[in-house]
Amino acid sequence: MSRTAMSVTGRQLWLIFRRDCGLLLGGARGRGGATLPLLFFLSVAMLYPFAVGPDVRLLARTGAGVIWVAALLAAILPLDRLVEPDVETGFFDQWALRGLSEEAVMLVRIVAHWLCFGVPLMLATPIAAGLLSLEGTQLVRLELGLLAGTPGLAAIGVTIAALTAGLRAGAALGGLLLIPLAVPLLIFGAGSLQPGGEDGLALLAAASLVAVAVAPFAAGAAIRAARE
Amino acid sequence: MQPCRLFAEELACRRGDRLLLRRVGFRLVAGDALHLAGPNGIGKSSLLRILAGLMRPYAGRIDASGTIALSDERLPLDAHRPLGAALDFWRRLDGAGAQSSDFGLEDLHDVPVRYLSTGQRKRAALACLSASGTGIWLLDEPLNGLDAYWAGVAQAAIEAHRASGGIAVIASHQPLDLKGLVVLPLLDHLP
Repeated sequence: MSRTAMSVTGRQLWLIFRRDCGLLLGGARGRGGATLPLLFFLSVAMLYPFAVGPDVRLLARTGAGVIWVAALLAAILPLDRLVEPDVETGFFDQWALRGLSEEAVMLVRIVAHWLCFGVPLMLATPIAAGLLSLEGTQLVRLELGLLAGTPGLAAIGVTIAALTAGLRAGAALGGLLLIPLAVPLLIFGAGSLQPGGEDGLALLAAASLVAVAVAPFAAGAAIRAARE
Repeated sequence: MQPCRLFAEELACRRGDRLLLRRVGFRLVAGDALHLAGPNGIGKSSLLRILAGLMRPYAGRIDASGTIALSDERLPLDAHRPLGAALDFWRRLDGAGAQSSDFGLEDLHDVPVRYLSTGQRKRAALACLSASGTGIWLLDEPLNGLDAYWAGVAQAAIEAHRASGGIAVIASHQPLDLKGLVVLPLLDHLP
């Protein structure tokens, strides 16, 4: 590919990235936007102390794990609108006709989804940590874990969204699919919270990296397969 | 525009378990127009998707040179955005020049895409297409929902595209009024 062709492709992907961010962040008709998962995430952190009682030691011991579970469940919420609207309206076909590979478009969408889902979650985590009376060191571990884990969560989310796009009951199926695939991230994420959890953090980052590396190809293949 | 051509040989088209069409062939060069004619459900849209390279033919081969654009029943514009901004996305992606005024959409620039009527949506799709600067146009029912005046404008746009060295393949159950149009009756290609 020549230099000019590469710069054209880069410019096109940048335009797609900006559109993705606008749609995923702001939300629109049929797309939830970034606020719904965030509110869900914070509601879990708010409700948990009501459910188990205001025992500070218990909250501090279990709170970080609850935040991980909340993050994982919050990742289910945007699934059904992540890819499907653009399949329905033919955006993916139009991009393919312009010579943009599905893999590149999907990578862009993963980055956009992470920015609009992972980053707000990390910004809300100090609030959640306050509600669950976590200590400073735990909060730092939690944030590091989320920084390592949410890209993987976003990648898995986009893959599942691409696989279930166009299916009846795709939304329900997507939720069911995400949970087993995200379990490694949850296990390593929770593991990184333990004393001496650096190994857990490394494994979490590795699992996340594998997900990010595989997801554009799996999601791209899913979009192509859905055309036949 | 680079010189374009679109050759198809012995194409067969399958949808699910059903063979829809077989032995479809044609040779189109710059300036040609082809009308894929046939009743609903015969496989016109599938054939267009095969020609676009979005679906694999069940048999046969396609030799295309030139950029391809497909305009089908779906409108690839964000429903909640104003028409002007939604069109701008594709215009900038295609590196196209200023908005053409051919399709009378200037007054609708602030109107969200979801409020457009059927005919206005079709005109928006045609505006996208003509701004794309592509050589081979694949049009699925381009006159659907257009009144007599806009149907004339749409056909004039197709003629202008051909005059500038483009190719048009039009799937339609309506008669078309284009010079030197080759009609391919798909009823002759049933399995």
